[in-house]
Amino acid sequence: MSDAAPTATRNADQAGGTASRIISPRTRVVSYVFLSITAFVWIIPLVWTLYTSLRPEADTNKYGYLSTGGTFNFDNFSQAWTQGLFAKYFVNSAIITIPAVVITLLLASMVAFAVSRFTWKFNITLLIMFTAGNLLPAQILAAPLFQFYKHFPLPLSVSDSGSLLNTFIGVIIANVAFQVGFCTFVLSNYMKALPSELGEAARVDGAGVFRQYWQIIMPLTRPALAALATLEFIWIYNDFFWALLFIQSGDRLPITTGINNLNGVFAQNYNLIAAGAIMTAVPTLVIYLVLQKQFVAGLTLGSSKG
Amino acid sequence: MATTTASKPATGPDAVKAVSKRRRLHLFSTGDKVILSLMVGIPALFEAVLVWLPALLSVGLSFTNARLDTSQPGGMRSVGFSNYRFIAQDYPPFVPALEHNLIWLLFLTFIATPLGLLIAVLLDFNLRGSWLYQSVFFIPVMLSLALVGIIWQLMYSSDSGLINSVLGTAGKPGAIDWLGNSSINLWAALIATSWKHVGYIMILYLAGLKGVDPTLKEAAAIDGASATQTFFRVVFPAMRPINIIVVVITVIEALRAFDIVYIINRGTNGLELVSALVVQNLVGEGTNIGVGAALATVLLVVSLVPITIYLGRTFRKDMQ
Repeated sequence: MSDAAPTATRNADQAGGTASRIISPRTRVVSYVFLSITAFVWIIPLVWTLYTSLRPEADTNKYGYLSTGGTFNFDNFSQAWTQGLFAKYFVNSAIITIPAVVITLLLASMVAFAVSRFTWKFNITLLIMFTAGNLLPAQILAAPLFQFYKHFPLPLSVSDSGSLLNTFIGVIIANVAFQVGFCTFVLSNYMKALPSELGEAARVDGAGVFRQYWQIIMPLTRPALAALATLEFIWIYNDFFWALLFIQSGDRLPITTGINNLNGVFAQNYNLIAAGAIMTAVPTLVIYLVLQKQFVAGLTLGSSKG
Repeated sequence: MATTTASKPATGPDAVKAVSKRRRLHLFSTGDKVILSLMVGIPALFEAVLVWLPALLSVGLSFTNARLDTSQPGGMRSVGFSNYRFIAQDYPPFVPALEHNLIWLLFLTFIATPLGLLIAVLLDFNLRGSWLYQSVFFIPVMLSLALVGIIWQLMYSSDSGLINSVLGTAGKPGAIDWLGNSSINLWAALIATSWKHVGYIMILYLAGLKGVDPTLKEAAAIDGASATQTFFRVVFPAMRPINIIVVVITVIEALRAFDIVYIINRGTNGLELVSALVVQNLVGEGTNIGVGAALATVLLVVSLVPITIYLGRTFRKDMQ
């Protein structure tokens, strides 16, 4: 699998060449028209949100939302930033997302290493358990997990609720447990494709299991880890449910759950809501621009086995 | 975490026994055995305690009278199937929720997913500027469903939304209340969710199409197959692994649907979904854990069908 990517790109170039030779001019025109109309419809919500966010509420009230009159500025952004708890929300998102991604990849890579590099009796059972766990709707776990968190005693110095409720740790471990399955599935497929001689050579040299994992297999798995890190960052950043369930104080919400409060805080001021929406989208759009390839690779790695 | 450490030794011997002879067990030192058991044991315990145990406990709680807390005064008592009888007979939102989940699934399956495939096929023609189209469909995939809900509120709002503004009805009595009118708001939510879903499917199929051996297409073309025939008879079947993933994603997304309806109105008034009803029974005034757990169990049983089929297919070869 490690050399699957270059092959795919090579095929892509050829496929492009053939395809453009095969399709007729008429198909080409129809495709252009269809894609242009669809893409136009697709971009409207974003353009509309951006446009609304740049106009003061007074102007939109005066001229209507669908108008060009009035001024354009970034006042909504600064107002939304100070009124809404955006700075806090973003910090909370970072506090939750970054450790969750690191722990997820660490745990997943350990299981993937153990099940893919050695033959165990319960290999497949274990993999099935992990993969299936990732596919369940989160709401199924809500009632027991909430009770478990509520009755899990923590010293007040760690958690002011005296339990796992209303803590970042609670949200982090729920995210990790939910995401670790998918990563295990992807990483075990990836590691299986690495030559088994690697481990044997290392063993002859006297390397213990942990050194094989950390110094030999993990560096070779780096492309898959990078792809998964990008994907998981987006998925966990975008998670709405766990914080909704476990976090009770508004100032501890991550941004994705926090935006649920925008309607209330901004009292139906659509210009402020639009500005808030744009700000929330910025981190993911930056990742889209910088790490788009990794994101796609992460998505497609998961589907390379069927 | 305390429980994790306590049960490590227990997993040790079992795990060691599980190592097959093929890998020559005697080559592992005791230290290696312990480390390997920990590497599997810690994540497995994590997954068991936070995913599988709660899933089973949901089933257990659904047969109890737990209301606000599992340690309620008087304790929990078993009530048999009465929570299930309640949701089937005396809980009006339940049947609509099942219907809405089904409509959600059908809409994604027959409209959003095929549209994603179609866009991927057209983009695969390598038309000039296809990267630009691709980006337009890609961006919503990066956004959270919650944010998608917020953005589409700006489109649908009856006093200032774009659609009502274009129709000239914004803020007037004739405005269409896309999200408030219970006979249309499900469709409004489905369009919003498809805005993201179509791009997701497009990405998967773009990768799938690029992976199809181009000589297959050439061979079909030489045999005189039309582009349509080539696609349906050669290219589409060749993408079987991707097709399976797409089906799984579509079904799972329909069962998981929650964020958008929760953002709009918490899943009420025409937007009932089983997932939202679970949550409504776990928070706020109407808290009734037993009923919430019964709803969760229904969702679990339904979800296990596609999950089992998928995993069965995926791991069949490895099992043999």
